[in-house]
Amino acid sequence: MAAEGAGINWYKYSAPHTFYPLAGRLIPWFAGLALAFCLIGLYIGFFVAPTEARQGEAYRIIFIHVPAAWMSMFIYVVMAFWAALGLAFNTRLSSMMASALAPTGALMTFIALWTGALWGRPTWGTYWVWDARLTSELILLFLYFGFLALEAAIEDTRRADRACAVLALVGVVNVPIIYFSVKWWNTLHQGATISLESAPKMATTMFAGMGMLALGFWMYCIAAALHRVRSIILERERRADWVREVT
Amino acid sequence: MLSTFLAVIRRDLMLAFRQRMDVINTLVFFVVVVTIVPLGVGADPNLLRAIAPGVVWVAALLAAVLSLQRLFASDYQDGTLEQMLLAGEPLAVIVLGKVVAHWLVTGIPVTAISILLALMFDIDEDAAMTLCLSLAAGTPVLSFLGAVGASLTLSLRGAGVLISLLVLPLYIPVLILGAGAAEAVASGLDGTPYLLLLAALSLLAMVLTPWAIAAALRISVE
Repeated sequence: MAAEGAGINWYKYSAPHTFYPLAGRLIPWFAGLALAFCLIGLYIGFFVAPTEARQGEAYRIIFIHVPAAWMSMFIYVVMAFWAALGLAFNTRLSSMMASALAPTGALMTFIALWTGALWGRPTWGTYWVWDARLTSELILLFLYFGFLALEAAIEDTRRADRACAVLALVGVVNVPIIYFSVKWWNTLHQGATISLESAPKMATTMFAGMGMLALGFWMYCIAAALHRVRSIILERERRADWVREVT
Repeated sequence: MLSTFLAVIRRDLMLAFRQRMDVINTLVFFVVVVTIVPLGVGADPNLLRAIAPGVVWVAALLAAVLSLQRLFASDYQDGTLEQMLLAGEPLAVIVLGKVVAHWLVTGIPVTAISILLALMFDIDEDAAMTLCLSLAAGTPVLSFLGAVGASLTLSLRGAGVLISLLVLPLYIPVLILGAGAAEAVASGLDGTPYLLLLAALSLLAMVLTPWAIAAALRISVE
């Protein structure tokens, strides 16, 4: 309970029934920002940024590929953060947020892999290369699937939340280890012919386009997660009175 | 605490000895998987020599994953696990004992058998020795990380496949280092850095995972 004359109550929105309407109000803003940033980014990426010296026009897929990859990694860390909070403080909403983020993170990972494969075909001649980053991204997809699978397998929601939190934390600790070991493996096994450079040397416009789309993806992911968490809240709190009034 | 640790190990070893077939089945599975690979890829000696470390390590991973389900399942079913949770001893110590017993029963035989399997692939002695050492250094991680998966999926429907899905991505660094060690030696390089890193991972797992496993057990048993 807030003390008499205290300042802002920071914990007001940590309850599902107060967060639900807040999320509802925020979603249109984030969705709008997402649309705006994505449109600007796509315009810059396809019409303003110059043709790349070595790869021609095919490089332009990085404007989708790189932001998706960044989001996939970022969301995993955020998901682990909320899951850890839910585990430590036993707050329902934190775990709901982690569960809401997982599918979006998996989608971003999938987009990164798919666009990476499409990028590979015209540039290296093959859809899949056992490049360190692509392989690590695939493993990240498996980690997301593991989280979703464990959640689906456990019927009791509280046990599912806590088990997934432990899994997410173990995963987050392991991701750097996995990444560095895959990178090492790749440098040992890499044929001399295929050398995946990182994104081509960045002209400022290219970087601007990528940055805009990264922001756009970020806003989209927030909007999607907020939307999903609202559904999760309704589902889990379905016996509460306020849910019956809302639905 | 040491007496608890040793008592848990002794109990688990005794139980494993009474159910010898469980243990032997896992090892036979290991040998069978290694055997069917040449049947699938052809008997070209050069090819087999090249893929031997990877094949043996992948088979070791699969055998480890298969053996994980029985780590906590029988104790959970007859209520012993709940008694362990209620015991005065730190759960992390008990868990450490169980996983070490699992490694003694799974990891060490796999390591021993790998020498024979190395003969089947005709890799040279140094590489075979390195393969064996890499398994010795790496199988503890398999047991410890696997126990995390086993404790999270305790008594779930479809736990067997779920464990593999959860645990195999986490096993990948061990696979890379372990197979890399033998391959390096086979190409004439030094395998020691790999072995040292594997040992480091094992120590890290040994120190950090018992708490995760204990937390997961409490979550699963409630």
